[in-house]
Amino acid sequence: MLMKVRKKINREMLGYLYILPWILGFMLFQLYPLMASLFYAFTDFSITNTPVFVGFANFKTMFFNDPLFYKSLGNTLKYVFMSVPLKIVTALLVAVILNQKLKGINFYRTIYYIPSIFGGSVAISILWRFLFMDSGMVNRLLGVFHIPQVQWLSSPKVALFTLSLLSVWQFGSSMVLFLAALKQVPEDLYEAAKIDGGSGIHNFFTITLPMISSVLFFNVLMQLVNAFQDFTGAFVITNGGPLNSTYLFALKLYDEAFTYYKMGYACALSWVLFLLILAFTALFFRFSEAVTYYEDGGDF
Amino acid sequence: MKITARTVRTIIIYAAMTLLGILMLYPLMWMFFSSFKTNQEIFGGVGLLPKEPVWDTYKNGWKGTGQITYLMFFKNTFLLVMPTVLFTVFSSAIVAYGFARFKFRLKKPLFILMISTLMLPNAILIIPRYLLFNKLGWLNTYLPFIMPAAFACYPFFIYMMIQFFRGLPRDFDEAATIDGCNTFQVFMKILLPLCKPALFSAAIFQFIWTWNDFFNSLIYVNSVKKFPIVLALRMSLDATSASNWNQVLAMSVLSLLPGTILFFAAQKYFVEGVTSAGVKG
Repeated sequence: MLMKVRKKINREMLGYLYILPWILGFMLFQLYPLMASLFYAFTDFSITNTPVFVGFANFKTMFFNDPLFYKSLGNTLKYVFMSVPLKIVTALLVAVILNQKLKGINFYRTIYYIPSIFGGSVAISILWRFLFMDSGMVNRLLGVFHIPQVQWLSSPKVALFTLSLLSVWQFGSSMVLFLAALKQVPEDLYEAAKIDGGSGIHNFFTITLPMISSVLFFNVLMQLVNAFQDFTGAFVITNGGPLNSTYLFALKLYDEAFTYYKMGYACALSWVLFLLILAFTALFFRFSEAVTYYEDGGDF
Repeated sequence: MKITARTVRTIIIYAAMTLLGILMLYPLMWMFFSSFKTNQEIFGGVGLLPKEPVWDTYKNGWKGTGQITYLMFFKNTFLLVMPTVLFTVFSSAIVAYGFARFKFRLKKPLFILMISTLMLPNAILIIPRYLLFNKLGWLNTYLPFIMPAAFACYPFFIYMMIQFFRGLPRDFDEAATIDGCNTFQVFMKILLPLCKPALFSAAIFQFIWTWNDFFNSLIYVNSVKKFPIVLALRMSLDATSASNWNQVLAMSVLSLLPGTILFFAAQKYFVEGVTSAGVKG
């Protein structure tokens, strides 16, 4: 009896022992930075001096004295709401087409996936710059077809859209995820709908979309979180320009922290971004709770 | 053969899919072929293939800054990426083993905590982390990448492996325990070999993400001697005089090569990895 109890306790301790690396990592590299950042957000702190508590001064500066704060915030929201829906809709559309039982699907799936493997790589940003500059390949091709050229990167009205295109081009990983979810939708649902005489588009909205809604939801959420923090494209391709039209929030954060070394102010900025992401996540959860379908009733 | 509405539809679908495929690959093909073009042609021609191919762009681009060649940049990248990948895979597996195979009182809250850190944006951690690493003297080394990996700070991979462990029957563990294995031996000898596919997917994804990670490299590494390839490329973009854009493209192509090779060599694991747990990319 005693042996058994001891064995059980022993095993419980072992469990903690195995997850210990994560507990330490979490405390040192996630929890501590989070807390430190919250503290710094209320200080004046530029690496060389010790942090001086200044109350809400950083936030006051941000909201009342920093036009670039609003500019970068607006740009980021525009970017997020341009790139994420475009990317998701493209991925979903292509996945639905690929899900029909046609020959050679795997080949197309591979091709569409390739751009995603490079993610936010610098090489891809360089490529984008070459392709979309005023005398770049895209405009020259448009010229061949006598289509008016576009100032893809040098017009403040278009540049952010051109950056979004880069993100949309990498729809492959979302597509693969949707494809896997589509394969799980039971065939008999469609057969039942066939008897009822439902059209393809009708079926998509009444059967397909509800059945894959949990995957869709998770995907949109992760894409949102990532898009809010996108940096490489805006930094390498346009460096925030022209006229700050691609000056995203992550660039603002980078400049304050690592160009001007205003660590306190940068931390305050990062908390605004964090709260914004949290707010959108919460809003999105609310919305999706109403529309998401879980086969198992949603229990975790 | 009768042409039905169905065959017309199939033809249209194939045509659309092929067109999209060309659209997707064209930029990459353009980059590859342009690395053999003269600079005038890069900014002037409309053809995909180079008219008068230049063969020495790779050789000249490889020289880098003159003092530091791309050999160094590639070496740096491997020194940064390899330990990060190995530590990530091992630490994630061991933590996943703890979560998947042991019962302890705080398991559920800790698991939920671990999952919720998936949503924690890097943007909010990076400044305090920078300050912490500065204090520890880790700036300008690769420790800011390696240490978080060693301490399992990648919940995405932990979750992926927990899912995999859950799919393995416990009979294996029990049989090994009866044979006298302790829990660590069960992990090393029985479970680890069985979850090779999950380990591979994790390793591949982490390799490619770390290889391409620009933001963290930019912040933690600041001497040219220690630059990984992403920083070298960005530097070449700033420093390039108008005469050697083809070399910049050539080195860009080289920087994408390891990821591409890995993708084609291990395609199966890619799809498995994406679908088993997650999303990024």
